[in-house]
Amino acid sequence: MPSPKRIGKIKFGLLSPKEIRTMSVRKIIWADTYDDDGFPYPQGLMDLALGVIDPGLRCKTCDQKAADCPGHFGHIELAKPVIHVGYTRLIRKLLRVTCRSCGRLLLSPDEIQKVSITAEDELGGDYLTEKDIKKERSCPHCGEQQLKVNFEKPTTFSEVLLEDGKKNEHKLTPADIRARLERIPDSDLRLLGINPEVARPEWTILTVLPVPPVTMRPSIILENGQRSEDDLTHKLVDIIRINQRFKENQDAGAPQLIIEDLWELLQYHVTTYLDNEVAGCPPARHRSGRPLKTLSQRLKGKDGRFRGSLSGKRVNFSARTVISPNPNLSVTEVGVPLSIAVEMTVPVRVTAHNLEEMRALVLRGPERRTLKDPCGANYVIRPDNRRIRLGGENLETIAEALEPGYTVERQLRDGDIVLFNRQPSLHRMSIMAHRIKVMDGKTFRLNPAVCPPYNADFDGDEMNLHVPQTEEARAEAAILVAVQENILSPRFGGPIIGGIHDHISGIFMLTHDLRWFTKSEVLYLLKFFEFDRLPEPGRIEEDGTPRWSNKQVFSMILPDGLNMVFRASSCINCDECRHTDCERDAFVRIIDGQLQTGTVDKKSIGAFDGAILNRIIRQYGMDRASRFIDDLTRLSIRAIMIDGFSFGIDDEDLSKTEYGQIADELVKAKDDVDRRIRIFEEGQLEPMPGRTPEETLEMQIMQVLGKARDRTGEIAGRHLGLGNSAVLMAVSGARGSMLNLTQMAGCIGQQSVRGERIMRGYEERTLPHFRRGDRGADAHGFILHSYKSGLSPTEFFFHAIGGREGLVDTAVRTSQSGYLQRRLINALQDLKVAYDGTVRTTMGRIIQFEYGEDGTDPMKGSFGDPVDVKGLVESIIKEEV
Amino acid sequence: MSVRINVLDHVMVPNHQVMSEEEVQNLLRRYDITFDQLPRIYHDDPGVRQVNGKVGDVIRIVRKSQTAGIAEAYRLVVRRPKK
Ligand SMILES: [Mg+2]
Ligand SMILES: [Zn+2]
Ligand SMILES: [Zn+2]
Ligand SMILES: [Zn+2]
Repeated sequence: MPSPKRIGKIKFGLLSPKEIRTMSVRKIIWADTYDDDGFPYPQGLMDLALGVIDPGLRCKTCDQKAADCPGHFGHIELAKPVIHVGYTRLIRKLLRVTCRSCGRLLLSPDEIQKVSITAEDELGGDYLTEKDIKKERSCPHCGEQQLKVNFEKPTTFSEVLLEDGKKNEHKLTPADIRARLERIPDSDLRLLGINPEVARPEWTILTVLPVPPVTMRPSIILENGQRSEDDLTHKLVDIIRINQRFKENQDAGAPQLIIEDLWELLQYHVTTYLDNEVAGCPPARHRSGRPLKTLSQRLKGKDGRFRGSLSGKRVNFSARTVISPNPNLSVTEVGVPLSIAVEMTVPVRVTAHNLEEMRALVLRGPERRTLKDPCGANYVIRPDNRRIRLGGENLETIAEALEPGYTVERQLRDGDIVLFNRQPSLHRMSIMAHRIKVMDGKTFRLNPAVCPPYNADFDGDEMNLHVPQTEEARAEAAILVAVQENILSPRFGGPIIGGIHDHISGIFMLTHDLRWFTKSEVLYLLKFFEFDRLPEPGRIEEDGTPRWSNKQVFSMILPDGLNMVFRASSCINCDECRHTDCERDAFVRIIDGQLQTGTVDKKSIGAFDGAILNRIIRQYGMDRASRFIDDLTRLSIRAIMIDGFSFGIDDEDLSKTEYGQIADELVKAKDDVDRRIRIFEEGQLEPMPGRTPEETLEMQIMQVLGKARDRTGEIAGRHLGLGNSAVLMAVSGARGSMLNLTQMAGCIGQQSVRGERIMRGYEERTLPHFRRGDRGADAHGFILHSYKSGLSPTEFFFHAIGGREGLVDTAVRTSQSGYLQRRLINALQDLKVAYDGTVRTTMGRIIQFEYGEDGTDPMKGSFGDPVDVKGLVESIIKEEV
Repeated sequence: MSVRINVLDHVMVPNHQVMSEEEVQNLLRRYDITFDQLPRIYHDDPGVRQVNGKVGDVIRIVRKSQTAGIAEAYRLVVRRPKK
């Protein structure tokens, strides 16, 4: 491999006409491309000196064939100068700060001293701007009175003449402007931040136009054998045609008006050739009406050269497919379909030590039909870097030839480390390293406990997988990127991986209150868990059969010696906590790795909370923690299967008494609202401080209706106990809330727009179904039905109004936060913490003298604090702190 | 009529000090950096004006920190660029 080249320096500047002519290999004068025989016209736009694209022809400049010739520039001599659209702002500035007669800066030497940078203070100061020069003064050098220069998009400049108090605009031609720019002395340009050696301002007015090589605007041959030219070629044809016509008219001595029109047309074509999306300039279009993609459009935007072709390259050794769940996999594993595993490879260097193993791989070749078949190899790379595809007859010969120095590209097999990723990659946990498990089917399989860091679900999400190709990359993946190294999120210093949904429901059902299992039940629960012996049974039945408690079963997956005391998610913060005697069994007490009281739920093992998981990480390390997650997911899925768990429409049913109570409650609330409206209409309502009576009434109504809704929820909740799946999920924190249940079984409640009752619609009413001026509950979006009972038509309409607002809000929020994130990352992406603890840019500039001012890693701390003092004390004194 | 106030007296304004030549040299040595690798502050910053900092001086800023209690930062005074 050739050694990488080092870039000495890069110079940015403008192309001078001289440079354009020097680098040109051909002057282009004809607008034609190919003649009738399909041969390029000499001095046409496809001249053979500009490079070749047709196979078989040779370049007239470098004598190479189509694939090897890089292409060469030509040039067009413009009949009259035209302005380059990209530099109109610079031209405007220069016209405004220099004298229209002598071309010098409109500042006296003293003034220049005052406003410009001086040699001695190199740390700051700035170049001259338009603001440094007073408007319409006379030149301090030659005394010429200056005129105001107007600029009109896209390329029109004019001077404003004051004649007998009347304003008179006089247009400046590109030739006039060029003449003025030529007069600006080099020394004045330096003060303006322009290096005249590489960028004389008159070069922004084009007198000669470079013609790009044909290799960057190749013509394509359509199915019907017709040639179709590139958009750039089309535009160049236009330019040459107008240029030609201009010259003819000029030579024929055409009237000034026609000359001016043609000049403007030439300017238009050159402008759209450079940028076809300029403000104030209709875009040049194809015959079909499609706007042409010209130079600037090739670079700009998402699919442009920078974001599309240079930063957005596609990568080798990657795979993408749909994901689906598998709770029996470890969180550190990923299931990979066999069809992907046989296609992707890992290079292995042949040494004296693995020679026989490699021979066996090569002998097996690329065929691998079932999961049971051992992994084979797809390619062999010889020491002379020749790649040989394995297959068919060549297997034995190549296996025979194998010796140290060869490389075998082996297929994927169980245990290989890969990087797994889901877009959008918003944080470091969006890419984690997993170990492969080759599986049947066509999807990637993952343990649902790793869904939170990827923000993945299984409604059709796809994920990407990358196979590291070097020893270093694999080591980095295993040490830094592995799943178990990323359980703690640097965002909040707690575990981001943990139980979700059924894991939480299952473990809640297993550990709630006290239950006794037979030996076969215990073994069923712990089937996937490795252990030597069952603990002593907690109880012996009268008939002598042993029983183990549910808490004993859960304790089996806890590390020995774990001490924790805390309150579960299901704790309702009673006024006086009864600790271990809690009637909801919400006081969790783990002593010496034994769960003594309390229910394990979201607070203990859930993603984002995971108190037990967090303590295991601190006390026993990452590997023990990932094992705990694996055990937990398997145990909880088994536990939920003992009783079964489902939710259906009849889970929202209440009894007649509750329905009666709910109806009474709502009638009472409605009457209360009506009463308050009457008081208001009689003018008796006492306004709250700083509020109008109307506002006061609205607040009161919202409050009354809100309370009524909550009370229907309480009534429903009284009827539906933990036997109800929705209640269980809400209490354990697995999914949903009691509010969701209230809305399903009790009453949906007030719909709102911007936090107020719905007021918009017709004159003084929301819908024609109500009387004008009706302030009642149902006229402004109160829904007294539940989702189960169904909504009335007006209620349904109000519900749609409220729902739409939520939808619009999320759409706006995600797009705004996405852009904010992009900008933030672009600004911070190259900063890193150096070995001395400082945060620096790539150039070594210091951003922070100590990372975070205290130098601590947020991932190693505990929920924002450097040390988890409370947890330490708790685990030693074995009491709640 | 205006009253001259000392911005450093305000609770929200951290302490600013101009560092001596020797302190600056030690600072640069400690972080193995050159002048232009220091963070910057404008010459007309009210804090800099109060302590009479000149372009080229290094200002030590001692401020309360949520994480570390007290944190020090050092900034090189530069001329504010024009708009
Ligand atoms: Mg999805
Ligand atoms: Zn060539
Ligand atoms: Zn002059
Ligand atoms: Zn309690």
